[in-house]
Amino acid sequence: MNATREPLIRIRGLTNRFGEHRVHEDLDLDLYPGEILGVVGGSGTGKSVLLRSIVGLKRPSTGGIEVFGQDLRRLPAPARSRVERRFGVLFQRGALFTSLTVQENVALPLIEHLGLPRPDAETLARAKLALAGLPGKAAIQYPAELSGGMIKRAALARALALDPEVLFLDEPTAGLDPIAAAAFDRLILTLRDALGLSVFLVTHDLDTLHTACDRVAVLSRGRVLVADRLDVVAATDDDWIQAYFHGPRGRAARRAAHPVEEP
Amino acid sequence: MSDPGHIDQRNGRLSQARDWTLVHYATLKRQVERLALAREPSPEGIDLARLDALDTAGAVLLMELVGAGPLAAIDDWAPELPATRRALLRTLGEAMADNQPPVVRPVRPLRDGLARTGQLVEGLWQQQRQLLGFIGQVLVTLAATAWRPARWRLTSMVAQVHQTGLNALPIVALLTFLVGVVVAFLGATVLRDFGATIYTVHLVAFAFLREFGVLLAAILLAGRTASAFTAQLGAMKANEELDAVRTLGLDPVELLVLPRVLAMMLALPILTFVGMLSGILGGALVCLLALDISLTQFLAILQRDIPLDHFLVGLAKAPPFAFLVAVIGCLEGFKVSGSAQSVGEHTTSSVVQSIFVVILLDAVAALFFMEMGW
Repeated sequence: MNATREPLIRIRGLTNRFGEHRVHEDLDLDLYPGEILGVVGGSGTGKSVLLRSIVGLKRPSTGGIEVFGQDLRRLPAPARSRVERRFGVLFQRGALFTSLTVQENVALPLIEHLGLPRPDAETLARAKLALAGLPGKAAIQYPAELSGGMIKRAALARALALDPEVLFLDEPTAGLDPIAAAAFDRLILTLRDALGLSVFLVTHDLDTLHTACDRVAVLSRGRVLVADRLDVVAATDDDWIQAYFHGPRGRAARRAAHPVEEP
Repeated sequence: MSDPGHIDQRNGRLSQARDWTLVHYATLKRQVERLALAREPSPEGIDLARLDALDTAGAVLLMELVGAGPLAAIDDWAPELPATRRALLRTLGEAMADNQPPVVRPVRPLRDGLARTGQLVEGLWQQQRQLLGFIGQVLVTLAATAWRPARWRLTSMVAQVHQTGLNALPIVALLTFLVGVVVAFLGATVLRDFGATIYTVHLVAFAFLREFGVLLAAILLAGRTASAFTAQLGAMKANEELDAVRTLGLDPVELLVLPRVLAMMLALPILTFVGMLSGILGGALVCLLALDISLTQFLAILQRDIPLDHFLVGLAKAPPFAFLVAVIGCLEGFKVSGSAQSVGEHTTSSVVQSIFVVILLDAVAALFFMEMGW
């Protein structure tokens, strides 16, 4: 069914080098509208670099990345800013602005891009923080006063501030307790269903892959080894994939997601 | 591109139509506010069937009309909505139902101003106490490691001497040279009226040997190196590296502070010496070019009239200055509390404090040396 749709993000022949070290080598990947794409791979296979390349933080050595049918790097600055506004990015360590309260962090893009009056922006910000699972009194705290899990949620609220069309999440459930991580997966699904979001999800969390992702892309040796539904990916004949999905943790996650399938 | 959402009022029923999205937030907010004044938030008479697009911003506006509790129970009163949309509204309603808005303390200018003054005074007192405590800690650690050469961090110290001393050499030399030129011109202008331009030599030599050489070098190091120490240690603190050092059973003072302090105490006397030389060189150049005092004559006067004491008085001040500048830089680094803003605040504080301490101590020393007749 994917073949008939136009991808939102089309990566073709992407190569990224750091000096002699090649992170990506002729990598192809698509993100379709309304899907949650999980990106997995061993440490150092360039998952985060891929994310940074797509959102335009890292200039690829060669290759093209089309976002909404446009090449970000060729756009003039104002047009590029308009495209970037349709992205929401959750960084691995939150990247909240430490000099602003949590609520101001979320309100900042609303005030800057939409010119909302400050009280309106802060009302919206508080609602998004609540949606992301933060208690009301956390809204006026500074990031330094929050725990790691709360920083993740506040960062998600900021990523959702402009109601983006594409959400980039870099290991969103790392550092969350299992209950919070499950709530996070549910929230992503709810948002995707209601708003038609597309989600580019870099993760190590097997539970997230099972419950939330429509497709899974496996990065290995600089390329996308396979990108397909989870059961197809899990059945792929590759040592790393077999070890990843059929190791003890992989089996446990699958049992939790599909309790009837396995004896 | 998209139609701004609006609310139709027909025979007492409110009908939400078209796009309720962030782009139309301002328009919608006005309508919602007008209605919210007239009625209690409730799902009574609200009809969502004609809604086209809805995002989280629109959902928040709906919540203001309906109330959080009823929004969580949307399945009961608006079953005609698609399930995905109900899920969003339900999630938002549930999240906001028991969510109290944060209590913001009102601002009382007079009381807050008074409290702030008190805080600042208290902070100043604490700062001095901390500084004295930290100096003690550094001295104790120094005494403890001095007898055990195996625990000397020579590599680290040499690297620090390179950074704080060698790399600062050109800027110190240039700066003191220029100040030497300025002092000589000043002296020449004033002394010309008395026909005593020859005493420009004494002025430059006295100024640079006793005061300017060490003072300028110390102020430069305060700006250049104390700030660097604060930023380095502050970033390490923010990244929990200092905690890691402690849990590894190592002493951050011994590992990080001592090499920096000792390197600075080695570098500043050398920089002071260079500063003195290049300041006097600047003065000599002015004497040669503007006052027709030849280099031979300049050196002869130096040798005849300027005793070595002045040089020693100037140089003796370098190690204590260096110690204080380095200790303040390191202590401020330890005080950083995690955020980028805190790194900035403490870097500023470390530069201001160390320059202040250097100048204060220099003034006290000048008085002391004068009374002693040195």
